[in-house]
Amino acid sequence: MSFDTNNADPVALVIAPASAKAGRRGGGLLWLLNGRLAVGLVILLVMGLGSFILPFFAPADPSLQATYMRNLPMSGVHWLGTNALGQDIFWFLVIAIKNSLMLGILVAVGVTIVATIVGLSAGYIGGMFERIVMLFVDTFITIPLLPILIILGALIRGNTSFFTVGLIIIIFGWAWDARTVRAMALSLREREFINMARFSGASTVDILAKEIFPYVSAYILVGFINTVLFAINTEATLAVIGLSKVEVPTLGSIIFWALSYNALFTGQYPWIVAPIIATVTLFLGLFLTSTGFNQAFAAKRGVS
Amino acid sequence: MIRLNDLKISYRIGGRTVDAVDGVTLIIPDNCVVGIAGESGSGKSTLMKAIYGDIQSPMSISRGSIEYGLTGSDGKPVTAENVRKEWFKTISYIPQSSMNSLNPVIRIREQFIDFPGTDSNKKRVLERARAYIGKLGLPPEAMDSYPHQLSGGMRQRMMIALATFFQPELIIADEPTTALDVVVQKDILMLLMELQEEMGNTILVVSHDMGVHYQVTQKMLIMYAGRVVEYGDTDSVFSDPQHAYTKMLIDSLPTIGDDSMRGVIASQAGGGGDRTFAVEPTLIEVKPGHFVAQPARQRQGELA
Amino acid sequence: MTLILKTEGLNKTYRLGGIVNAKQIQALNDVNITVESDKPVVIAIVGESGSGKTTLAKTLLRLETPTSGRAMVYDTVVAGRGAIPSKKDFLGLVQPIFQNPFEAFSRYRPVDIYLEETARRVAGMDGPQAEAAVEEALRSVGLKYEEVRGKYTAQFSGGELQRISVARALIPKPKLIVADEPVSMVDASRRMIIINLFKRLRDEAGRSFVYITHDLATAYYISDFIAVMNKGRVVEFGPARQVMSDPQHDYTRLLLSSIPTTTSRWRERRKVVAEPA
Repeated sequence: MSFDTNNADPVALVIAPASAKAGRRGGGLLWLLNGRLAVGLVILLVMGLGSFILPFFAPADPSLQATYMRNLPMSGVHWLGTNALGQDIFWFLVIAIKNSLMLGILVAVGVTIVATIVGLSAGYIGGMFERIVMLFVDTFITIPLLPILIILGALIRGNTSFFTVGLIIIIFGWAWDARTVRAMALSLREREFINMARFSGASTVDILAKEIFPYVSAYILVGFINTVLFAINTEATLAVIGLSKVEVPTLGSIIFWALSYNALFTGQYPWIVAPIIATVTLFLGLFLTSTGFNQAFAAKRGVS
Repeated sequence: MIRLNDLKISYRIGGRTVDAVDGVTLIIPDNCVVGIAGESGSGKSTLMKAIYGDIQSPMSISRGSIEYGLTGSDGKPVTAENVRKEWFKTISYIPQSSMNSLNPVIRIREQFIDFPGTDSNKKRVLERARAYIGKLGLPPEAMDSYPHQLSGGMRQRMMIALATFFQPELIIADEPTTALDVVVQKDILMLLMELQEEMGNTILVVSHDMGVHYQVTQKMLIMYAGRVVEYGDTDSVFSDPQHAYTKMLIDSLPTIGDDSMRGVIASQAGGGGDRTFAVEPTLIEVKPGHFVAQPARQRQGELA
Repeated sequence: MTLILKTEGLNKTYRLGGIVNAKQIQALNDVNITVESDKPVVIAIVGESGSGKTTLAKTLLRLETPTSGRAMVYDTVVAGRGAIPSKKDFLGLVQPIFQNPFEAFSRYRPVDIYLEETARRVAGMDGPQAEAAVEEALRSVGLKYEEVRGKYTAQFSGGELQRISVARALIPKPKLIVADEPVSMVDASRRMIIINLFKRLRDEAGRSFVYITHDLATAYYISDFIAVMNKGRVVEFGPARQVMSDPQHDYTRLLLSSIPTTTSRWRERRKVVAEPA
């Protein structure tokens, strides 16, 4: 039995693997959400919005000392009581979270921009340029951050502005991310679509921005959040040791003052415990968001 | 002989069910080299995995069964449940890329000895193994090397040695020569044919290269979209293909010395190509031993 | 007679290893090919992996620089000393087709963007001109612009992607297209669509091709000239029909005899009697 191939019904029965359909653009950004990411984002949203909006409702400038009676216990008026400096602990904490977050975000923006530019260009351009740049990067990586900061802090001893602290963290924090971005650019450089772009007339900047960047953007997002964590942590460490500008309310500085006044021993638990809980929660939020994104991207890559 | 009864292998991905193998009913005879031809997405590799017993989540056998008709090394019949125990003993697998199957940090002889042979004296197994690989054209020292020290062809011979050492009844070779140069390919294919004639077992050869099928196989089956489209003696399939898809595959092969226009059938049907076919799951015998899948009924009426 | 392709003493050596312990790999070893013709031609470079054919392609495409020697395409020196054209001129002379259709375009960009950019940047066209050029290029490979517009790599098959690659390569109207294993990752039945397309482009659009492949059968099918490479050297070169039917070099003979054909068997196969169902 043979039949006329010209008239055979060309009904498509080809079973294509999932990636061959238009699933990528469908469903908006829903693929991002998983449990972990949702919880992380909620925490960050609450703390972020809370710390930026609430200060408008503060009865007085929380950083001024001796505004209230000292060492008042928790009450309806002072939700967490007051500390040995006469400050309302709750409102001080709110401002502190705001400042820590702001610092973290600014530092992360600075680090990400520098690391991305340096890493992408070194990885893609290669040759002597790459070698010189990487020498630079590696030097910065090997410099241990904390001892330098401690030395600098000791020299400057609280006479630095808050801004300078942030700048210092950027200077010593960009190198590691730059190396990672460069590694990604290195592997992308050899892929065929890069050659295709070149033969389509793309310049080096075009290629870096339009071809390579989308592939590293997922990492950069995760890296950004991690850097926020890193910056807040570093500032807090400095503050606790007393090397940051401790008059400015940050999570670290609260703990510094609480320790200075021996809050643990004098039974002023809210003062020392509140910032710790706030810090842990903030870190948890950042961590969950970062790993949540990571998971979402990985799952998306697995499906598509 | 192996019987496949309406075998269906599916997996769930992103909420959909995809049938990689969609209702295959077949009898594979003993003492025969059977070729399985098909293109990407045809389901041929999945079918081999099912026969080999390597179907894991998220894939599963959603319908049908496999009857092996073989007796395991313990004297009991081989079934889909216990087939894994028989790996390298009654059933063997030659993979496409030997580099992915040989442990790169272990000398090859360790991988031979590791196998649970019937002989617990490791030294004796090694002696026999050395003699055996000599038969396959490998120097005895090859045993003591690391995989990367051998050429691609030698590694593939080693895989064949491992796969045939225990004289299995069934060998599945999944694109065994695709990664090799054409000269080495011929040697390996000749070796496989010799071994098969000596051992009198069944070899299933998966390949997308019709030339390989013509040279090596006695029976051939063509797969498309998870179904069997045609099955019969290799000579019969090549000289008198019945299904439109088979005809297209054969028509797509340019031959040296033949100046006729090729690829005509593939270019038919709208827009310059990527033609698709309709396939029903039932095979009907059109000539003795030569089966063809019935084409789907046309919307206008039935085909003659 | 136009000089379509000429390589003079082309050499390429790679250095593997560190500063102290290095190995030299001779990817191209004194490659001399001359092809002259009145009409556009398809020149096949055949060989196994490690033969140097891909290195030759990369050298012609200026993705690698030769260690010594030079290469000329249509009377223009493209590689080696005295390599003339600026990047822009070169892109208008030689365009590539690469092996892996799924890696040809970024996953994150719609594929037609590459065609549009080629039209604007390489061919120097403005908006409406570029659109028309893209439309025409796609039509010549059997695709419609509205079916391609705005879609991503994941939405096409391998064969379609290769055809889009060909369309893109055609836009600047290059004299030479260098195709590096253009069909080895395309399904066997769809290969001929692309191979026949090359034939048509040579005959109707006047484009010459350098066709790099390990598949002698397709090389025979469309080429006018064949160069057989082994270990960096050209062991045989000549008109395609002649080289394939009357090979002079042992290696060519070995290659030809190793191809699994569908016309004659290496070894007789015993007939298997079908078991009753």
